[in-house]
Amino acid sequence: MPREGVLVQSPYKRLSTEQVRQIHDASVQLLRDPGLMCYNRRAAEIFHSNGAEVSSITPSDSPCWHVRIPEKMVSQALESAPKTVKLGARNKDNTLILNGDEPRVFFVSGSETNIWLDVDIETYAKKSDPGTEILVPEFRPRRGTLMDLCDSAHVCEHLETLDAYIRTVNIQDKDITPDNKDVNKFFASLNNTTKHFMAGLTTLSQLDNVVNMAKLIVGGEQELKDNPIISFITCLVKSPLQFVDDTTETLIEICLRGLPTVVSSSPQAGSTAPMKEDGIMAQINAEVLAGITLSQLVNPGTPVIYGSVPVRARLDTLGDSYGAPETSQFNVDCVQLARFYRLPCYATSGVCDAKTPGMQCSVERLFSDILVTLSGPQYLHCAYGLLDGNSTFCLLQAVLDDAHFEMLKFFLRPPRIDQSEIEKTLKQIREVVATPQKLYIRYIRPMMRSGQLSAPYPFEGDGERDAAILLAYNRMKELLQKPVEHLDEATTARIFNEIPGILPRLNVYA
Amino acid sequence: MSEDIIALIKENVIQGRKTADDEGIDDTLSGTPGVEELTRSALEQNIPPDRLITQGLTAGMQVVGEKFSTKEYFIPDMLAAADAVGAAMDILKPYLETSNVETKGKFAIATVKGDIHDIGKNIVAILLKGAGYEVTDLGVDVSTEKIVQYVKEQEPDYLGLSALLTTTMVVMGEVIEALKSNSLRDKVKVLIGGAAVSEQYAEEIGADAYCIDGFHAIQVLDSFQGAKT
Ligand code: B12
Repeated sequence: MPREGVLVQSPYKRLSTEQVRQIHDASVQLLRDPGLMCYNRRAAEIFHSNGAEVSSITPSDSPCWHVRIPEKMVSQALESAPKTVKLGARNKDNTLILNGDEPRVFFVSGSETNIWLDVDIETYAKKSDPGTEILVPEFRPRRGTLMDLCDSAHVCEHLETLDAYIRTVNIQDKDITPDNKDVNKFFASLNNTTKHFMAGLTTLSQLDNVVNMAKLIVGGEQELKDNPIISFITCLVKSPLQFVDDTTETLIEICLRGLPTVVSSSPQAGSTAPMKEDGIMAQINAEVLAGITLSQLVNPGTPVIYGSVPVRARLDTLGDSYGAPETSQFNVDCVQLARFYRLPCYATSGVCDAKTPGMQCSVERLFSDILVTLSGPQYLHCAYGLLDGNSTFCLLQAVLDDAHFEMLKFFLRPPRIDQSEIEKTLKQIREVVATPQKLYIRYIRPMMRSGQLSAPYPFEGDGERDAAILLAYNRMKELLQKPVEHLDEATTARIFNEIPGILPRLNVYA
Repeated sequence: MSEDIIALIKENVIQGRKTADDEGIDDTLSGTPGVEELTRSALEQNIPPDRLITQGLTAGMQVVGEKFSTKEYFIPDMLAAADAVGAAMDILKPYLETSNVETKGKFAIATVKGDIHDIGKNIVAILLKGAGYEVTDLGVDVSTEKIVQYVKEQEPDYLGLSALLTTTMVVMGEVIEALKSNSLRDKVKVLIGGAAVSEQYAEEIGADAYCIDGFHAIQVLDSFQGAKT
């Protein structure tokens, strides 16, 4: 049985059908004029040999081609791209089925942050009354490590609402090099969670090592096709409208291996895309369609996910503002566009501008989490634990986020208006009205025990004081103590034997 | 046979099943007789009411209290059980009067003049009835004269006053003064409760106790019982 995620009964729409059509038409025009600058030779050749108009741009610092993609090529790609993508998992009960026609949302962690935020709980005494003490969380940022990645996968394994794991933190240990980073990142994650694992690839030469590792885990090449426990994120288009050399090459190689990949683009309204909604939408959609078209030319039918990470620029720093309402508007628009193409959609929410857990962070996260979820993306990179744009990951925040998604999932349960039960309910009302006390309290009980009532907020303090962070901290510690199902000893041994570069400290049996 | 029916009564109190229609906690007893029906058949079988109370109703309530304190049960469970016990007590009342069995005492409760809030008052009434007190509910917006007259005529052991408004809590003080001027103050213990009032306010107006909720009220009344014996 695959995971259930949460089905959004009537997805929230921001754009009219007419407006979706207008954006699509505008994107198609952009793909022809100005078309894309392509810094990858293979991609230029593939487009050329399939009939696109490709010309070499000279003079240029690095080899570059101008690619104009005809509408027909795009529509053929949209036809051959599968409408349903399966993301497998070490534990098959954690499989995800992303169906482009069904607004069933799966919640996913993510982004590779440089900073890991440690949390300590310190005791402070009141100046005017030193006998009065309070506990205060203190946050200490530091560079992320391999062991942090293990811990985050471990806790994410136990977060109930979290459906799949995208690596959260950039591993920056001294002994991590461009050549061993991918294998360590994949092993650390796969060894600590039985959920689906998705990541970007750092070095193309490591692709086969990573794929072979996955094959060793599931038992072979066909097994991996049937149960793709890993998938990739490729941001091959740099906004505006440029195919970058290395990630485009990576996408081609992933598609040749038939593994699922997100084809994403992350324009910033104001700097790398127009600030106006129609502009950024036309552009991001053109960029994603260009990537999907390339994927299908490389390997028709290879599983791809429409990936969108649009964001608005802050005016003070020109950094990304994930907390801005426009960012949520753009994401909802993208979900509608993907649905128009019937493709599964990777959308973004929950990233915030706040630098530590707390009030601003909760407001920003919940705002976008609720709105984007309601639009019904299949794969929501709702970024458990992410702070400060994409810069910081905090495990404690991930634990807090899990409680938010629990509430959101509860809210999305179908309405409980049931014709067959109405008579019974009317009888209840008549009975209660006839009693002297006129109270329905006793009738709560059957609902209470059948899971029909939402649970109280798990991090509610019992006094007057807000205790959310302290209680979530305790919960995080508890989850770190809970065991996870590591890969078995024999598989671990084979992986360490056959896959070069994995650091010995990751071997739990050594 | 009589053991069986008493055990069933206890089990149904624990399940909070007043009548055969009630689901109870887990549906297992659905359709079978509840506390009301079982109490009637027990009386038909001439089972002595005092045994029925101590080994059935009170024993069941004891278990419910334990489950509540270990957080296995919630307020709705407690209330359903108390409600079932209260219903049984209503059926038993005429028999108790003839058989010399003493109840824990008579308790009258009212929401004072000018105030119509009654959710809290009703909960307190159900819980106290379930705990074995003989409860009379005088209603809401009850005038001071009516309360005083009731105390004079019916001589309850305890009087509970509820007020949720800062504008109506003063009426509680007036009730106490009126009891005094009618020489009734030492005949009845006065308990007050409701969002507007506090321990301190109870002292101020000379009430015997302030209760934060219905469970607290049971404790306070039971402690009065202890003092009595
Ligand atoms: C529900 C409610 C109503 C309902 C009442 C329905 C009903 N059937 O009772 C309605 C909508 C009708 C209502 C009306 C009004 N309400 Co009103 N209401 C409330 C509310 C939200 C909850 C009260 C409640 O039922 N709580 C749940 C029960 C279980 O708790 P409880 O009553 O406290 O009882 C427990 C204990 O206190 C204790 N207890 C209570 N009484 C007693 C008595 C004894 C003897 C003992 C031992 C224990 C005990 O045990 C109970 C069980 O655990 C309160 C808010 C609050 N914080 O209390 C406002 C509140 C009491 N209402 C308020 C107001 C202003 C009004 C109105 C005047 C509004 C208006 N402008 O019309 C009217 C009053 C009309 C009137 N003349 O009385 C204010 C009062 C402010 C003040 N000045 O004091 C409150 C505090 C809300 C607020 N913050 O503004 N209200």
